[in-house]
Amino acid sequence: MIDFDPSTFGLAHTYQKEDKDEINTLSMPSAPQVIYRSLNGPTQTNGGNKLNNFKHGTTTLGFVFKEGILLAVDSRASMGSFLSSEQVRKVIEINEYLLGTMAGGAADCQYWLAYLANHCRTYELKNGSKLSVAAASKFLQGILIGYKNSGLSMGCMIAGTDLSGQHLYYIDNDGMRLKGDIFSVGSGSTYAYGVLDNYYRYDLSLDEAVELGVRAIYHATHRDTASGGVVRVYHIHQNGWTKVHDGIDVVDLHYKFAQQKGLVGDGDEAKQRLF
Amino acid sequence: MYIPVNDMLKHFKQDAPAMANITHKSDQWSPYHDNSGTVLAVGIPGAVIVAGDTRLSNGYNILSRDATKLSQLTDKCVLATAGQYADFIALRKFLQQRLQLYEFQNEVQASTETVAHLLSRELYSRRFFPYYTFNLLAGLDENNHGVVYGYDAIGSYDKMTYGVQGSGQELVVAVLDNQLKGYNKINKTIPQTREEILDIILDCFSCAAERDIHTGDNVEILIITAAGTERIVKPLRKD
Repeated sequence: MIDFDPSTFGLAHTYQKEDKDEINTLSMPSAPQVIYRSLNGPTQTNGGNKLNNFKHGTTTLGFVFKEGILLAVDSRASMGSFLSSEQVRKVIEINEYLLGTMAGGAADCQYWLAYLANHCRTYELKNGSKLSVAAASKFLQGILIGYKNSGLSMGCMIAGTDLSGQHLYYIDNDGMRLKGDIFSVGSGSTYAYGVLDNYYRYDLSLDEAVELGVRAIYHATHRDTASGGVVRVYHIHQNGWTKVHDGIDVVDLHYKFAQQKGLVGDGDEAKQRLF
Repeated sequence: MYIPVNDMLKHFKQDAPAMANITHKSDQWSPYHDNSGTVLAVGIPGAVIVAGDTRLSNGYNILSRDATKLSQLTDKCVLATAGQYADFIALRKFLQQRLQLYEFQNEVQASTETVAHLLSRELYSRRFFPYYTFNLLAGLDENNHGVVYGYDAIGSYDKMTYGVQGSGQELVVAVLDNQLKGYNKINKTIPQTREEILDIILDCFSCAAERDIHTGDNVEILIITAAGTERIVKPLRKD
């Protein structure tokens, strides 16, 4: 009953459009074919060529704790040195029980996570049960291995809930798939890891976990030029996911945290009149 | 002391590394041309205003002074594109045909959200040989409020209240951030009426025409409301 042909498992040509899809052309089209790899070489950072400046630069993080999984992301999208948006939604709601985070190329993440959502729904309809988080992340990994070395840029986390609990996976464009308790992805991840590793415990309460996620993203946005905007926080629990914060401005957080320490937050705490 | 220099040079030349076969990237033919120009769109409750300059350029040459960058796809939405004009025409053709097919099959025109998703997928289908287009899709949503979707060249998109694309993007978007959102303003007076916003848009294009060589000639403005589409053309600097 499961629609599964072992001879095509994991191969790129599995995703070719079938003839019957000609009529129903609003379904997902055939996946993009790699025509000419060198046109899109990831190492070409030619300043004048706007075409290779896709949206990059971010901080996203997720961790598992006793109440489920917490995901926190920033919202900045940069194209080269120009900020194309400060309001990007980097957590993609795949369905009511799965979330994906976006890091790397925005279009790649948006497209393939939407493709995954389509696949999850089709599976649910054909098989009468929801796809597990492990299987969903495995499916995405299979796609990305097919496009290995073609220039896709994705570092995403798949987090969700299924019958065996809440799980967090990290998937990237090299075909890596890791299950873990703490992940942070993006140009600001090093700063976020510093805060996360310092304060993480499995038995955090929900409020403490949200505070930790917000703080880690704030610190990353403070020091990483490619991260900023607002902090968005999602919580995954056994009944699905909840959006805890839709957008807390990191500038407000800066002054709030400074005030908590008894400082002003203007950068000249030692009063040396540096500027 | 006599030093046989030529003999020594011969000795050194044998050890010299062979010159690498360097192909200069600047000579390589590129399928892309940047025909530039600036487009912007602002969504307000009840209407959406889309504007684009009409200059078509290639490097330092002006190819046309009245080439439109706007394309009305359905009664409710308009595509505004900056970048390569040929890719704009190809993309517009695809969308027009596909939306006509949608209307025949479904007996109703596609909603703006549907068109936005369709455009994203079409752009991504060319992930490895992209359309050199920087698009804005502006339209009315189900409640007839103006929405703007901004895209990059390969189809990542996001809903926004206003957007700018093209060679004058950096110049204009900073002005709109200040005027429409009140960023860095002490007395935040956000314009509410259509006339105020139209004034700001015209000012933005004048500013862009002053400082960007690729923007100028005329600005074409489309105002989409539930009642229909209104078109205004205003002149800009022609130098």
